[in-house]
Formats: sequence, structure tokens, C-alpha cells
Amino acid sequence: MSDKPKPIALVVDDEVQIRRLLRVCLEADGYRVLEAATGQEAITEAAQRKPDVVILDLGLPDMDGVAALKRLREWSRVPVVVLSVRDREEDKIAALDHGADDYVTKPFGTGELLARLRVARRHADPGPETSVFRSGRLEVDLTARVVRLEGAEVKLTATEYSLLRLFVQHPGKVLTHRHILREVWGPNYTEQTHYLRVYMAHLREKLEREPSKPRLLITEPGVGYRLIEEGSVGMAPS
Amino acid sequence: MDEQRPNPDALLAALQKAEARKQRGKLKVFFGMAPGVGKTYAMLEAARREVAASRDVVAGYVETHGRKETDALAEGLSAIPRLQVEYRGMCLPEMDLDALLARRPQLALVDELAHTNAPGSRHPKRCQDVLELLDAGIDVFTTLNVQHVESRAEVVRQITGVGVRETVPDSVLDGAEFELVDLPPEELRARLDAGKVYVPESARAAQEHFFRPGNLAALRELALRFAAERVGQDVLAYRQAHGVADPWKTGQRLLVAVSASPTSASLVRWTRRLAGELQAPWLAVYVELPRPLTEGEHARLARHLALARELGAQVITTTDNDVARGILRVAREQNITQIVIGKPVGWQALELLRGGSLLSRLIRDSGHVDIHAVRAEGEAPVPRKPALPRFDTASARGCGVALGVVAAVTGVNAVLQRWLGYQSLALVYLLSVVILAMFVGRGPTLLAATATALLWNLLFVPPLFTFLISGPTDVMLFITYFVVALAMGHLAARLRSEQGAERRREQRSTALYLLTRELAQASDFADLLAIVIREVGKAAEAEVALSLPAEGSEGALTSYFASTWPMTEKEKSVATWALLHRQPTGFGTDTLPSAEGLHVPLIAGEQVLGVLSLRFRGSAPPTTERRDLLDSFVRQIGLVLDRQRLRDAEQQAKLVAESERLSKALLNSISHEIRTPIAAITSAASSLSEAGEDTGLQRAMVDEIQEATRRLNRLVGNLLDIARLETGRVKPKLDWCDVADLIQATLKDLEGELRGHEVSVELSSGLPLVKMDFVLMQQVLGNLLLNAAVHTQPRTPIQISAAVEQDALVLTVADRGRGLPAEALPFIFDKFYRGPSVPAGGTGLGLAIVKGFVEAQAGQVAAENRPGGGAVFSVRLPLSKAPPVVEASA
Repeated sequence: MSDKPKPIALVVDDEVQIRRLLRVCLEADGYRVLEAATGQEAITEAAQRKPDVVILDLGLPDMDGVAALKRLREWSRVPVVVLSVRDREEDKIAALDHGADDYVTKPFGTGELLARLRVARRHADPGPETSVFRSGRLEVDLTARVVRLEGAEVKLTATEYSLLRLFVQHPGKVLTHRHILREVWGPNYTEQTHYLRVYMAHLREKLEREPSKPRLLITEPGVGYRLIEEGSVGMAPS
Repeated sequence: MDEQRPNPDALLAALQKAEARKQRGKLKVFFGMAPGVGKTYAMLEAARREVAASRDVVAGYVETHGRKETDALAEGLSAIPRLQVEYRGMCLPEMDLDALLARRPQLALVDELAHTNAPGSRHPKRCQDVLELLDAGIDVFTTLNVQHVESRAEVVRQITGVGVRETVPDSVLDGAEFELVDLPPEELRARLDAGKVYVPESARAAQEHFFRPGNLAALRELALRFAAERVGQDVLAYRQAHGVADPWKTGQRLLVAVSASPTSASLVRWTRRLAGELQAPWLAVYVELPRPLTEGEHARLARHLALARELGAQVITTTDNDVARGILRVAREQNITQIVIGKPVGWQALELLRGGSLLSRLIRDSGHVDIHAVRAEGEAPVPRKPALPRFDTASARGCGVALGVVAAVTGVNAVLQRWLGYQSLALVYLLSVVILAMFVGRGPTLLAATATALLWNLLFVPPLFTFLISGPTDVMLFITYFVVALAMGHLAARLRSEQGAERRREQRSTALYLLTRELAQASDFADLLAIVIREVGKAAEAEVALSLPAEGSEGALTSYFASTWPMTEKEKSVATWALLHRQPTGFGTDTLPSAEGLHVPLIAGEQVLGVLSLRFRGSAPPTTERRDLLDSFVRQIGLVLDRQRLRDAEQQAKLVAESERLSKALLNSISHEIRTPIAAITSAASSLSEAGEDTGLQRAMVDEIQEATRRLNRLVGNLLDIARLETGRVKPKLDWCDVADLIQATLKDLEGELRGHEVSVELSSGLPLVKMDFVLMQQVLGNLLLNAAVHTQPRTPIQISAAVEQDALVLTVADRGRGLPAEALPFIFDKFYRGPSVPAGGTGLGLAIVKGFVEAQAGQVAAENRPGGGAVFSVRLPLSKAPPVVEASA
């Protein structure tokens, strides 16, 4: 552990108290922490110090967090986790659609935040290309287009499969309704949320042990869905 | 896809027509060629069929003329008793319109559409009664003979020689369904001979003539053609509505030149027929000349223009020195494609001087516009009367002045003849005539010209004191003098009258300009209305009242305080009629002409903004000129009021937007300021609990901190939600949602809070997707669950159920607590209400938020006690539409 360089986390928040708190938590978890109080500072820091992950507040004094995110995304693919008091779904969707990897609302539990940071970082660094995805009981072979549940093959329709494939390609990440509809059904279907509702119900029916209490494909109210990677993190509710 | 696409505008118009027809009652006309063909009988038969189809049918007025078969049919139909109107000692039975309106049947039977009502009735004509019934959404069956159709009346008069006084404007018949009641002429004759046709006593003489077989054949053809034309229109409308490919009707626009000439009426009717066949809009244009009209001409012109209006024309009055030029100007402005004018009768020498007759000049200068010269029938074939100088006081004074001047100049000439030759004296006379023409009218000028010519001859041309003229030079001189004097006088007088017309026009535009300027200076709506009342009163020389529709109630009017005419209740009701029917009413109009004042609705776009009521000083109705000015005023006022209204609305909207922005900023900053420290506490506490310093005391304390911050955070959330509700900023984003998903997500969120209870979920099978705002509903359900958790003992069950009942999704949360005290039930969803004897904690906001969020989605909430103990809260969300079908994927 000690021979590896410590990952760098950039905390962007105008509240000193939050920055201080996050520094303590993150350092305890093995990060080196940089701080920025404004959007401009954040962009400069990100350009110069190449952080491994960014924690971004949306209410910045000089610019809106989403605007800062857009500027950052013009040249960087660094994972960004938004941490904000804004709990309206529009804000979440806006941030996610503009390239945020995850969204955590304040007040937050530190355990959950750290877990989300880990997920976000893992996806930024995909490691060896694997064509088989495994999570708990579920196994998806992307080359053979085969889905297995506890070893037994599950028959999916073409649409169900492309829906599942999309989640498998972004495990742990919140996918917004629009994003899913565009990717699976096409750009003309981004308002047809009923398609999504129906097919999500089908998928859960086929993949979940208890479809009424899903553990794999969970709903992010008003925003979208997320595929949980089992065993990766303890996703305790806040 | 080579199917031709119908014109979208025509489709839209057809749709709007269908829409208007749906709200308006439908008119069905039982149409015949002559009395006695059995129209009333056919109407009653049709009414019976409607009754059999269990529609509510009432006979408003049915005239059976005592015929047995007809009587038998009318029996058993419910009828409105006739109104007996007293008129000059006679009792005239009339239809009781108000009773019929109050009864509001689905279908009313009203016989004899062309009937003229007894004086003193609300409308002069029955067809206006019928229009009011239709406006009230009542279907009407009626009967009509072809000779009573306005546009055919003239033809019928030509065929039968019998003039028709009672006519129905064609516009009334637009959109009506026609059922032709046909009978071969021989059979009608037979019925007539058998005495089966009712003919009033007074018309016995005309009867034989009217019912001649030749006449009947012609009338029958006329009736058939009229009905066929109507059917043709229906077919066209159908084709438009159903997108049947149809050659696009050329955009024809017709113009008919109207004047005070008696022939104009039949020209107007002719044009209406042509317009009807071409499906084209048409204009009636009157070109006002500098020459003033006589009283009789004025009345006739007004009648012609009213006729044109009634037949559906747009009427335009313009001023020009020259009729042809005026017509062509309007034709160009209005994109006219065809012009209809009367065929000139006889030969008029004067026309040559003006560069040809009206007709030839129109043909020469009209370019691509087609000209119809129509032989017109007049009320009486009167050739244009020569414009005789009228002898009123003004011209009498003018003649006096002229004679005085002539006498004076003769005296001067008597003195001058000592030095000048008699030829020069003629020039002095001429000078006096020309100067005179500048001050007096045409008549006195001509008088002076004649008098001077004669006096000069008599007194100064040798041989003196005779009218004899000796030499050819003198003859030449005399004739030249006479012609020059007349021409000069004529020209000068024309110049003067043109100046007069010019002045009148200028006065009109000045008045309009002044009004506009005054209105532009108004600072607000109230000021604007006061100015309107003042200016209209000045211009129309009338007392003015302005009424505005009262807030909230349909059809109620309140007089504006600055009104100068305190209206009686009766006048107010007339004004209300004008408001509801969007047409001028009262004094000087066709509707309720016995009213004291004229009531004009102020229309801006689609809206009626109010009614302007005027009581003119003096008893004569306003002249055409003044009515014109008043019309321009009303249009202008409508525009200005509308602009002001829009400006006010815009300002209001700006204000709302600004306050919304402020409150949003405030809420955001509160939310930020409070939640940031809460966030710090929460994350610090969670770090502590995860750090694993596991002394029992510390763990308990950390748990307390976490519990307290959660509660605090929820309180802040509730306060913000209430604030959003209060400021009306909750705008649900309705989307198809899965109810099971909603319940699951909510339960997952509240796992910690509900740990002490057994929560069960009961979903009826086959729940559809429901249109709702997922996030709002999650809060609704969450608040209900928290409410249940807080107010019940640990380990008691909480049941969630979802089912479809009728057209609603019903979501319930039931507990087994102590239930709700009866006195709390009505207030339970009120803000800050907390039930009696509830444990401390909670703000009383949760349920108010539930109610607010549900109602924002057009749903309802209810709370009641459960049989067997406990409370049950239910939320009903309307299932407005069946959820869309998602086809199985390939």
C-alpha cells in the first residue's frame, strides 16, 4: 500500500467547514487532498495537479457548479462526484447529463461518499478489458450475449438485453432516463419514459430474487436507475 | 404517399366550424316552394321521430291552420303557451321566447321563419329569435318558403309579380340543414282547389295569380336549385373536413358598388348569389361624393348598406370625387377579383365630359379585375333625378345675397358706362359672378349668372331696354358670356362643395387623431376609461355610460363610475344583451330598437371588453356619418383597451416573475445556510460511528446526534416544501410511473425510520402505469408512512395498498394505532395542525404537504378510521388516460 502513490482528491466547496471535514475523512481513507473554493480555482487546480477524483459543490460563488463541470469536461475525463444541498431532481439530472459520474446530496454519510468515490474511480480506470461482467448471482457475457443467473441461462428479449448491457457497461453509475432511452431506443424516444418503466419491470422480474425489493437494478427517484455491483460497496442509505 | 394533402387552413376552418356547430344549436329548415306543400306536416313528423329517439322536443310556435292531419301530429308534443301581445287594440299571438329559453329543450319547433314579430317584441323578426335560440345551444326545426329568402325575393317578384315583404337574410341560413318538402305543381293546385291550403283573407286576390301553374313550376325550380346549392356547400365542407382531394377554389373576392339608387338592392342580392356559388367573400362599397345626399337618398343608402351587411357582406364606405376611382382604389386595397356594378340606363351626356361612363372607365382602368355589369331591377324604375337646387333657408339667403350683388353691380355699371363700352361691362358682371360663387352655393350662383346676362342685355346692349340683340358680334358675345358665367359659377361651386367634403373628412380624422392622442396619454386603465367616456360623449354629442363585465359572473355588467349616463335597469339589460351577443343593440339598430340608448360592445380580438352605451341628445338616430365616426371610435377604443390590458397583464407577469425569483433565491439561500451545517454534523457523526470507538456511551451519543440531525433535516425539508406550495411553485412533472417501483423506492428510503414496524405491501394485480410526479409522490407516501410510524406503537403493522377504482389509482396507508379523534378529522390536513394528545415532535406539516402535493397532481386525499382500530389515509390520483401500450420488442 505504501509504495503506491496516494490518489489525489480535489475538493471544490465554498464552505470551509465542509472542506475541512472532507479533508479529514479523505486523508483517513488514504487520499491526498487539494482544496478549491471557487470554480475558477477548481479548473486551475484540476489542470495543474491532475487529481484522480473531484468532489464538486454546485453552489459556487463565482459560477454555477454545472458550468464549472462543463468547462472541466471540455478537456478532462477525471471522475467527478457532485456533492450538493440541491436535492431537486432537475439539478441532479443536469449534473449527470453534463458529465458528473455520481451525485450525493448533503447531508451525507462519509461512508457512503467514500464508497461512491471508489466506484467512480474504478470506472475511470477500467483496467484489463473484460467481456464478462459478474455481480453476485448475475453474470453477463458480452461477447456471447449470454446472461446467467446463478449459472442458469436467462432468456432476454433483444431490447431487454440491450438495456441490461447498457447498465453493465456503466456499473454503479446513475443513468438518467433520457440517457437510457436515447442509448437503447434512439434519440426520438427520449420522452417515452413508459417504455423504460415497462422494460425495467420485465428485467427485474427476470433478474431479481424479489422483484418488489430490487437489489441489482435500483431506482433513483425522478432521475434514473443504477446497477449495483454486489460486494463492491456497502450502499447503506443515508 | 401521393394522396393529396388538404389545405391546412381550410381544414382548421372546417374543424372550427364543427366546433362552433357543436356548441351552437343546429338549425334544420323544412324548405318549400310555396305555401301548402306540407312543410309544417313534415316538420312535425320529423319532431315525432326525435321524440321517439327520446330527445327533449318542445313546440315553440307551430301553426297548423286547423288542418286535421297536422293537428293530430302536433297533439301530444309539449308546447310553450303563446304570448298575446297587445297592439292597437288587437291581440297578436307570438312565440314566448323567454319561456322557451328558460325551458331549454334540446330541440325547439318554430314555424314560419320569415314571420315578422308584433311591434314591441324583443326582435323585429322571428329569425332573430331563432338565432338567439341557436346561440343558447338549442336545436331548432323551422319552415320556410323560397320566396322569403332574401337573395331570392327579387327573382320571385319578377316571376310572380308579387312583392315579398317578409324576408330572411341568407346569413341566417348559413350552416343550416335543408330538407326540401316537394310537391308537384298539379298536386298543389289540387290541394288548393280542395281548400286544403290556408291563405289569409287579405291575399285572396293575389292567390290566383301566385298559384298559376307556370309560376309554381318556376318557384319549384328555384326552391330545388336553392336547396341543391346548400347541399353543394355541405359537400364542400365535408370534403374539406375529410381531406378529399379537391381543386383549390380560386381565391375570389367580389365587390359590389352600392349607391342610393333604388337599383342597388337587387345588385346586392345578385352579388350575394354569385358569392354564394363561388364560396367567395364579398364587399359592398359606397363611394361618398362631395354632393350631399337628400333625406330620401340617405335613408335608401342606409337600407342598402344594411341589406348588404345582413346578407353577409363586409361594408366599406370611402370618399372620393369620382366613383370609378373610389371603387378601383378599394378594389386594389382589398385584392378584389370581380366587380359588380349596375348596367347604366339611357345615355348621359355629362359622362362624356368626365371621360366616359362609369362602366367604360371601370373596364378601361380595372386591369385584371373582372367586371359584371348587371341589369338591375329597381323598386320603381326611376332615372337619376337631376340635382335640383333644394330650396332651404340657406339657399334662400344665398339667392338674396346674389340678387343684391347683381343689383349693386348693375348700379356700378350704370355709372361706368359713361367711360367704358358695353362689352367691358360684361366683364365687370362676370367678375362679380365669379366672386359671388366663392361665397354662395351653386343655385344662387347660377341665378346671378342668368340675371346678369339678362340685365346686361336689357340695360346695356343696344337696342337698350329690349332683349333683342342686333349684330352677330353681340350675339356671340352674349352666348359666350352666358356659357362662361354658368361654367365659372358651376366650377366655383364645385370647388366649394369639395372643400366642404374635404373639411368633413378632415374633421373626422382630426377627431380620431385627438382621441388617439388623448388615449395615448392615459397613465392607467382607469384614466383610459375616463378619457373614453369624455371623448365619445364630445364626439357623439351624447351621454355616455361604460360598463365592464363584472369579475367572476358570466354576463353581469358593472357601470364604470365616471359614466355620465346613469342607466336604468332596463337599459342595463339591453347592454348585457349587446355584451353577450357581441353586436350593437338598442336605439337605431334592429334589436330592441325601442331602447333609449345605443349599446355598442367593445371588441378586441376574441374578447368583449365592455359595452359603450350612448344616449343621444335629440330624438333622431345618428346620421350615417356620425355612426361611421362612432364605429371608428369604437374600433380604436377596442384596440387601445386591448393593448392596455395586455400591458397590465405583462406587468403583472413581470411582477410575479420577480417575486418568484426573489423567493426562489431566498429559499435557496436558506436551504444552503441551514443544510451546510447539518451536512457537517451528519458527516462528522457518521465518521465517528464508522471510526469504531466502540464504547457503549459514545455509540449511543453518536446515534442521538444522527437521529437529531435527521429530524432537523426533515424539518427543513418540510418547511421548504410548504414554502414552495405557498408560493405556488410546485409544478408537478407528470410522467408514466410504476406504482410498485414508487412504493419500493420509498420504503428503501425510510428503512431506518420504519424499522420498528411490520410494513406489508398489497398490490392488486395488473396495476397500470400511472401519470404522476415520482418525486412528489415519493414524498407523499413517505410522509404518510412517517406519520403512521410516529403515531403508532412499535411493532404494530402498517399496510400499504394500491388498487384501481373506477378512474383513479387509490393508494392507502393503514395503521393499527389509536385512530383519529373525531374532532381532528376535518383539520387533519391543515397546516400546523397537530392532533390532540399526540406525542411531542413533528410540526404538523407532513400531512399538509401530502395534501398540497397530491392536489397539485389533480388528486384527492382522505383520512378516516379503520374498522377494527387504526387510521387509514388514502390518496386518489386520476387515471386520465389509459397508459400507452408498449409493443413487445422484436
